[in-house]
Amino acid sequence: MYPDNLRYTKEHEWVRVEGDIATIGITDHAQQELGDIVYVDLPKPGARVEQGKALGTVESVKAVSEIYSPVTGEVAETNPILTDAPEKLNEDPHGEAWLLKVRISGPPSAELMTAAEYESYIGEEK
Amino acid sequence: MAAATSLRATALHSVHKALRAKMVDFGGWEMPIQYSGILEEHRAVRTAVGLFDVSHMGEIEIRGPQAGGLTDFVTTNHAGKLAPGQVQYSGLLYSHGGFVDDILVHKIADDHYFLCVNAANQEKDFDHIRAQTGFDAQVEFAGDRYAQLAIQGPHALATLQKLTSTELGSIAHYHFRDGEVAGAPARIARTGYTGEDGFECYIPPSHAEWVWNELLHAGAPFGIRPCGLGARNTLRLESAYSLYGHEIDASISPLEAGLAWIVKFDKGDFLGRAALLHQKETGLKRRLFGFEMLGRAIARDGCEVYLDGAPAGWVTSGSPVPSGTTTRPARPSNEEDSCAGGAQPPCQGLNKNIGLCYLPADRRLAPGRQIQILIRGRLADAVIVKTPFYKRPG
Repeated sequence: MYPDNLRYTKEHEWVRVEGDIATIGITDHAQQELGDIVYVDLPKPGARVEQGKALGTVESVKAVSEIYSPVTGEVAETNPILTDAPEKLNEDPHGEAWLLKVRISGPPSAELMTAAEYESYIGEEK
Repeated sequence: MAAATSLRATALHSVHKALRAKMVDFGGWEMPIQYSGILEEHRAVRTAVGLFDVSHMGEIEIRGPQAGGLTDFVTTNHAGKLAPGQVQYSGLLYSHGGFVDDILVHKIADDHYFLCVNAANQEKDFDHIRAQTGFDAQVEFAGDRYAQLAIQGPHALATLQKLTSTELGSIAHYHFRDGEVAGAPARIARTGYTGEDGFECYIPPSHAEWVWNELLHAGAPFGIRPCGLGARNTLRLESAYSLYGHEIDASISPLEAGLAWIVKFDKGDFLGRAALLHQKETGLKRRLFGFEMLGRAIARDGCEVYLDGAPAGWVTSGSPVPSGTTTRPARPSNEEDSCAGGAQPPCQGLNKNIGLCYLPADRRLAPGRQIQILIRGRLADAVIVKTPFYKRPG
């Protein structure tokens, strides 16, 4: 369920680092908890994001949820498909429906969880 | 995410758990917010049939020679005009004109009225009504005696008819009859909170699980879905029905809420009458309006509303709602939601993003007038539109 090449936060984001680019998304658990996602609000390319700080919101029919940045850096790109099809986040949160790419200046925090750690974390939360 | 143990549960709690519903705290009750998804459940009610557990709603019975007199004194609508078997939407007001609750009054007989009230308000309502002395009538708290199931949608009648010998077609809108559903004694009312045709059945909690399952079986050929409070909210919002704690509360009068039609000044004295008359004569300060967002940002309750650059009011409810539900044909049963291909409109579409808000009554605001709503620090454009947002075809 949770890909091994991603790292996970306690706030239910995932991050994948390739070179100096970190791709960020929300987890399958997060989309399940939110329900039908209808709106995604992200910072524009060039904006600074800081690890542990809110960078935007994901909104379902019922609720708004903040996205916390797992990394510090500068927004390189946001996912264009989410503008017209935010519901993709319910269908493919770990793949096609990534949220944004951030150019990072240093390595991500050591507090990130592996897939196995995240699975046991959400198991306990329930 | 473990629920606090102090939450109250309906007789169907374990059924919801087995259906893997997402449960939330709703006014002190642990209730299903959704089963398969709010949008899918919303569409099921608009195009087929949906089943809701609304057993959290409270019931209060008023009996005695002056039951009618007491009911009319504590409510705004004219209960005295009801025939036995008739239902009426009404308001319970404080003497200052604000809402204690909004309720449904069922007249069972001249000496017996049955009120359906909001879950979180039921004890407050009961105390409020019982505090009115001088009437030869007894007020009974009956919330524990009834489970309530709502069957709503174009196939609600056909679904329920399979389980009852009561001829449902002969029960007019806002009327009820006592009969049986799947062998359980039931008060069957042709009422609802969704904007669709449908029924609300009051049954003994001991029979709730049996009747719920029988209804799901009976509705299966029509594509029935169990529906949670999430869809109940989007459905009522599309119909612009008030929700206590949002459009109405102790600080809001029925005149402000666009509910002048449930206020009958000429029926005689009632609690709140003088305050409402004063409000009517001196002019309303604010009024409820519908709006539609022009962009994708979603206005939620509590957001400030701006008129010409200055704060002027607040959002009471706001939500995206599925588009195209009025034109969508009913789908055959057991067919999974399929977005691919076919001539049907896209089923993920959500191009309506609507809400209700209070704004000054003296600004001559009309449909088409642009307003702005402050959403997380940014002003987003919206436009005033006529309500209801949705009207059942036919």
